[in-house]
Amino acid sequence: MAKNPKITQPENDPNVSTLKDLPGEVPNELPHHTAFLNRHQILERSPTLLLVFSLLVVTIGGIVEIAPLFYLENTIEEVEGVRPYSPLELAGRDVYVREGCYVCHSQMIRPMRDEVERYGHYSLAAESMYDHPHQWGSKRTGPDLARVGGKYSDAWHVDHLIKPQSVVPESIMPGYAYLLDTPVNAEHTAELVATHRFVGVPYTDDMITVAAADTLAQADPDTDAYDDLLERYPGAQIRNFDGEPGVSEMDALIAYMQMLGTTVDFSTFTPDASR
Amino acid sequence: MGNYLKLIALGVITLFAAVAANWGRDAAYVLHAVIIMLLSGFLFLRVLRQTDEPTKTYATDGYMDDVIRAGVIATGFWGVVGFLVGVVIAFQLAFPQLNFEVLQPYGNFGRLRPLHTSAVIFAFGGNALIMSSFYIVQRTCGARLWGGNLAWFVFWGYNLFIVLAATGYLLGATQSKEYAEPEWYVDLWLTIVWVAFLVVFMGTIFKRREKHIYVANWFLLSFIVTVAMLHVINNISIPVSIWGSKSVQIFSGVQDAMTQWWYGHNAVGFFLTAGFLGMMYYFVPKQAGRPVFSYKLSIIHFWALIFLYIWAGPHHLHYTALPDWASTLGMVFSIILWMPSWGGMINGLMTLQGAWDKLRTDPIIRMMVISLAFYGMSTFEGPMMSIRAVNSLSHYTDWTIGHVHSGALGWNGMITFAAIYFLTPKLWGRAQMYSMSAINWHFWLATIGIILYAASMWVTGIMEGLMWREVDANGFLVNSFADTVSAKFPMYVVRGLGGVLYLTGALIMAWNMWMTIRGGAKVTAPVGVPAE
Repeated sequence: MAKNPKITQPENDPNVSTLKDLPGEVPNELPHHTAFLNRHQILERSPTLLLVFSLLVVTIGGIVEIAPLFYLENTIEEVEGVRPYSPLELAGRDVYVREGCYVCHSQMIRPMRDEVERYGHYSLAAESMYDHPHQWGSKRTGPDLARVGGKYSDAWHVDHLIKPQSVVPESIMPGYAYLLDTPVNAEHTAELVATHRFVGVPYTDDMITVAAADTLAQADPDTDAYDDLLERYPGAQIRNFDGEPGVSEMDALIAYMQMLGTTVDFSTFTPDASR
Repeated sequence: MGNYLKLIALGVITLFAAVAANWGRDAAYVLHAVIIMLLSGFLFLRVLRQTDEPTKTYATDGYMDDVIRAGVIATGFWGVVGFLVGVVIAFQLAFPQLNFEVLQPYGNFGRLRPLHTSAVIFAFGGNALIMSSFYIVQRTCGARLWGGNLAWFVFWGYNLFIVLAATGYLLGATQSKEYAEPEWYVDLWLTIVWVAFLVVFMGTIFKRREKHIYVANWFLLSFIVTVAMLHVINNISIPVSIWGSKSVQIFSGVQDAMTQWWYGHNAVGFFLTAGFLGMMYYFVPKQAGRPVFSYKLSIIHFWALIFLYIWAGPHHLHYTALPDWASTLGMVFSIILWMPSWGGMINGLMTLQGAWDKLRTDPIIRMMVISLAFYGMSTFEGPMMSIRAVNSLSHYTDWTIGHVHSGALGWNGMITFAAIYFLTPKLWGRAQMYSMSAINWHFWLATIGIILYAASMWVTGIMEGLMWREVDANGFLVNSFADTVSAKFPMYVVRGLGGVLYLTGALIMAWNMWMTIRGGAKVTAPVGVPAE
């Protein structure tokens, strides 16, 4: 195709600067015409100013949107029942994080008819206030898990995690049979709990001291620490989750999932209209 | 003297890594300690051999292109790796048997997906951005890269970050923040490398022989500095122990979610948009042989884009437990963002004014045009999906996945391929790529691949969104969740095939690069030649 004669080629285009226009300089920009553009030249000629200005411009949005969430009182609803994770649940949560469950499962029920019908009461900010980091997720390749606690039996969970297709034929979830053979290592649990306290989760000294013992105790229904454990973590479920001797990561993961969404006492919840 | 300091530092690092390898609590940490021990041990020996030897002098008069050559190869390599993992996980979703039992848990979807996203965004995209910003900043400033071997440190340091991140995911080290999964020490390392990148870039601009900083460099500079800010704030976490990879995020729940998507959306906004616009502002005018369409538009859309993008994060959190005021702000700014986004597209496309005929003869121009077209398409789709009513249907579905891929495969992928085809012959002293018809093949394979991908995801996304909310006359839900999963199967196969086409195109590119590089003689480009 021939070149369009109506359009000037760059070498003849008066808008394109050439070596002759700016002796001694390498041209790579159009000449400037207006006051506005001339003022912008100040930024164009100073790397420092350009750096400082662009940094200032990009900080504003974040400050306005993030900072108020830390001080506005109605950001996190006041409800009763939300408690820190027990050490075994915390270990299960770490398995959940490690295996990338959040990639396919959300933990955030939206206030829409079908979601409330399918998954239960919509999620409150209070329910994830001890989640460092949050597990809200962004994709539902599988169903939402925010209120999966108590929905299925432990045995169902074990079967499902070993081979999801054995209980849900349509499922495309990978199997996690190996969790059954992987024991929970409670050696460093106290440190993990202490780190969670450091970032603001209200664990007591007592909870940290017995964290390792609690990890094992929660999977043993005959434990001596039964009542103490329940006092420390009200509503914690204490039983042998995977039905096998020993405390496996399967126990931990199921303990975590069986408590998801079960702690809030909704009788103490009043929705805030202007939140 | 400098060498002795280096020896001490490397020796200490090697020793520390050896101790860490012994005391490490988890597989990822131990492997990483071993990698670092071997690497710093090797560097120690290398420095030792050079110490008190006569220093070799290297020519430092031309542009520093060696590191860019390495970057071009790394971009091609990671591109193929990232697309391959993408194809694998696409088929895992269609055929779950591909989560092989023997590879459990390392080959499971949950561990491979972060590998895919990081390989494509950070390994492929990141290497493309680093190498092209090194190329652009030298050419538009008429100056050699500042800082000597610091540029090499950036290249190797960044690729070490990628290896640590990727092996970490497979072995289960993740902090579960999307697109920011690497654990604390990998984040720290990336921070160091990124600051070095900023220093090299700024240093080169400071010693420019050109009065004005070219528009491409504004975008690249804002990309580097903003990504630094996002990375640092979103990754503030407290390690449980210095001997393990596990860390605990400092923020929780709603604040953490907001910070995460402020980061996540601007990983798109600055890494995948501002940075790549910087590439566009150099390579499109160069390849078309035309000046940038409007200088004024570039000023307006630059400042508007970087100001507005940062606000858009909360649109990922519509109808969640995030307060409504925040998600409304996110929605409003996302819609306004449509305009500066299209400003970039218009400026790019209109640059071809007077060179549209090249669309028929130059497959590289064609790639640039389709990439700008996909940029325009996905920056329209994005604001639309950020509207609450649309989002209530599209959120959590495959529509989002399709949207991301029309941006990533269409815009980022295509402009990177065009940049590679532009740079490879130039850097290795060839007149043009080995095979121009192979570029043509690549163009069509990639384009058809993206169309299959995006179209199938529109269908599954809207279908599952409608199926989830469908109620019968009595008000009961019609479909179980499992029904929607099985309904998506055919489209998942189509999506996988789209990925195969895209991967095939990239393999053809890799072959084409190999053939071009193999034959050429290395050239050193002189500094400050006009219009380079």
